[in-house]
Amino acid sequence: MLEVSQLECRRGDRTLFSALDFSVAPGNLLHVRGANGSGKTTLLRSLCGLFTPDSGEIRWQGESARRLGEEYRRDLLYFGHHNGIKGDLTGVENLRIAATLDANRGDDGVIWDALARIGLAGFEDLPTRMLSQGQKKRVALARLMLSRAPLWILDEPFTALDLGAVDLLQTLIAEHVAADGLVVLTTHQEVELTAGGLASLHLGS
Amino acid sequence: MFRVFWCILHRDLTLALRRRTDVLTTLFFFIIVVSLFPLGVGTEKETLQTLGPGVVWVAALLASMLALERLFAADYEDGTLEQMLLAAQPLSLVVLAKITAHWLLTGLPLVLIAPLAGMQYHLTGESILVMMGALLVGTPVLSLIGAIGAALTLGVRGGGILLSLLILPLYVPVLVYGSGAVEISRIDFSATGPYFALLASFLLVALTFAPLASSAALKISLE
Repeated sequence: MLEVSQLECRRGDRTLFSALDFSVAPGNLLHVRGANGSGKTTLLRSLCGLFTPDSGEIRWQGESARRLGEEYRRDLLYFGHHNGIKGDLTGVENLRIAATLDANRGDDGVIWDALARIGLAGFEDLPTRMLSQGQKKRVALARLMLSRAPLWILDEPFTALDLGAVDLLQTLIAEHVAADGLVVLTTHQEVELTAGGLASLHLGS
Repeated sequence: MFRVFWCILHRDLTLALRRRTDVLTTLFFFIIVVSLFPLGVGTEKETLQTLGPGVVWVAALLASMLALERLFAADYEDGTLEQMLLAAQPLSLVVLAKITAHWLLTGLPLVLIAPLAGMQYHLTGESILVMMGALLVGTPVLSLIGAIGAALTLGVRGGGILLSLLILPLYVPVLVYGSGAVEISRIDFSATGPYFALLASFLLVALTFAPLASSAALKISLE
């Protein structure tokens, strides 16, 4: 259970949002909506602990996320605007490092399977800088399949993906929610879920 | 825990090997700076012997500084640093692995090339040995202290200049005792002990605090 109470974030003099209260229970997806510049990314970064909110508290399983520290980060997977992959390393190497950092399953079989499922069979051993934008994003998204973290925080995960990849990502998100996972995401697309609850939060109104 | 350390160390070394130019630039910079002085001040043996230790150390400081800017910048740009911050591992351990890789790529080559520099300055075999020892203990301190500065200036425009203004004054003790050890070895080889003890204590202090300070600075820089 992720709970947010009285959250306020400012960028310079501008207040992005204040007195924000919401909670996400297991098996639920929260779709954060809002115009460009309404603070969606800032909210998501605050949830991860990458940005310190001006006031308010974020609690994970009833305890302050800040105090939990590493324990909270182990339960968390963040997918941001940057793919977070190294262009000089191959897809497999990138995922192996990501798995070690996140303390996830990282044996090569699992990684090759994940890359095959995301549609990159045959590209596993190429340095990722040789791949197209969409393919790089797919490498980064393969992390979702390796992850054991219950809380996924995804910032615009659908951009630069083709229809097939969008469908696959939808399926991954739906599977995760169905398995009692939590998802917080921003996207300008509609997300369809077959199981679990869908809530949405409007920023900047 | 050691798995993470090895993983990041291995990653940074692999990346450096796939982009060799970055590593070679530092090394060649050191060699060129060291070689310029004999050309400028003349080849008189006495003068060069006096200048040698200081010049080699100053060149080492500048060379180590040169690569510092890239220590976190590349990872910052492609978002991998963000992922390291969110990892289920202590950030200071990741930072220590990155600093170790940085030293292996920029500090250790300087130690190995030092005899070449020493010969240009007519240093005796004993003095060269002392210089290599002093660089071996001193250059990790440079990487460790430098990492704090690199983390603080991350993402700042004109960060390179700011970094040198911030870090070079902190390098002074290492410079003083590093070149002091070589200087004293010309008079009495057995008197270098205290210099090494001091350099080693700098290293221990830096090893304890620098990874913690750098990771705190990284958290601030990434907000």
